[in-house]
Amino acid sequence: MSSIGTGYDLSASTFSPDGRVFQVEYAMKAVENSSTAIGIRCKDGVVFGVEKLVLSKLYEQGSNKRIFNVDRHVGMAVAGLLADARSLSEVAREEASNFRSNYGHNIPLKYLSERVAMYVHAYTLYSAVRPFGCSFIFGSYDQDDGPQLYMVDPSGISFGYWGCAIGKAKQAAKTEIEKLQMKDMTCRELVKEVAKIIYIVHDEVKDKAFELELSWVGEVTNGKHELVPKDIRVEAEKYAKDSLEEEDDSDEDNM
Amino acid sequence: MLEESSEPGWLSEEVKTGTTIIAIEFDGGVVLGSDSRVSAGETVVNRVMNKLSLLHDKIYCALSGSAADAQTIAEMVNYQLDVHSIEVGEDPQVRSAATLVKNISYKYKEELSAHLIVAGWDKRGGGQVYVTLNGLLSRQPFAVGGSGSSYVYGFVDAEYRKAMSKEDCQQFVVNTLSLAMSRDGSSGGVAYLVTIDEKGAEEKCILGNELPTFYDQ
Repeated sequence: MSSIGTGYDLSASTFSPDGRVFQVEYAMKAVENSSTAIGIRCKDGVVFGVEKLVLSKLYEQGSNKRIFNVDRHVGMAVAGLLADARSLSEVAREEASNFRSNYGHNIPLKYLSERVAMYVHAYTLYSAVRPFGCSFIFGSYDQDDGPQLYMVDPSGISFGYWGCAIGKAKQAAKTEIEKLQMKDMTCRELVKEVAKIIYIVHDEVKDKAFELELSWVGEVTNGKHELVPKDIRVEAEKYAKDSLEEEDDSDEDNM
Repeated sequence: MLEESSEPGWLSEEVKTGTTIIAIEFDGGVVLGSDSRVSAGETVVNRVMNKLSLLHDKIYCALSGSAADAQTIAEMVNYQLDVHSIEVGEDPQVRSAATLVKNISYKYKEELSAHLIVAGWDKRGGGQVYVTLNGLLSRQPFAVGGSGSSYVYGFVDAEYRKAMSKEDCQQFVVNTLSLAMSRDGSSGGVAYLVTIDEKGAEEKCILGNELPTFYDQ
């Protein structure tokens, strides 16, 4: 557990003596409390996987989605406070829409993630508002630029990745992701691996039921971001469950 | 002797670039051409104006209609493209430049009277020509505009062939301008040419006596 702020952590407009803004760090803790989301970029697309914990049997299946469409060619997977994430998805949608209206073409993902990061960062400067308590992963596919993957965190920075994970099991997920040779894989192969990773990092003891949300964008979808079709998702989940039964605890992997 | 105080026409008439402008795509770039006459009523106020205006390194536009309106639109878009290209970190697309011009032309369509043809090269789409008349946006293999264009529609429609080379396109543009300038009272002077490809933009000026001549010239 990191040090307690004691007095320097009451507002985002205060630095601590050792140069930290505690409110932003607390916001990142909120992300770490949420269940895991991962995004991986392969040679012809991007795949998202989210471990969506089901807190009650009364929930309708497929409700409380954590993967959003920002534009036709851009998808966004989130972890953290879902309400914050929803409002930011509206911000991202507006940015993408205004860009298309002004410049006549799809928004480049790097630019979109920088604009959203700038917005998130603005909320870390003042004591009148609190920082956003969510991280998100943006993914897109474009014929000329290829697949792109960017992550934005509550401090307001954005980085480009080949694979990234956010949420409670992000360390374990990162380890699994690093084992993959994603640059040589296609989306169809990757979907199965993403499902497998989510199943691996899911904690059966602490959290019980979960729904796997899978989405992709790439050559296989003609550049459109959409949820993975049911039959492919079922196949991926089967692959994930079978792999878990074979292996002991994911140390020896199939490389 | 008492005289009616009549000011010279060029003080009261709106300054128009009664013009001929043309742009054409070829595989790997575009050629833009224009005449150089600026008239205010019956007076020629500038006989050597370059109506091909730079929007970005490899995107130019051809001005026609009201000189002030057209120049202002071109300056505004030049500024917006500079900012945009720095923000996205790469050269802007021709489509972006054309959309910016179109947005201004459409929003202020009642107040403005200018038509800009936007043409250039970008790495995604190669050479592209866009027409933005009255606030529409349309990509075409070639486009003509200005008062002189009416006289040469027949010529361009008959002479245009697909897949012309860069040199053929340049000759096509020069021939069209020469014919229009000789028939349209509001077009004349010299011919300006800009050829844009992957390597950059090359400007050229062809003096009146060097233009090709046709029947009756």
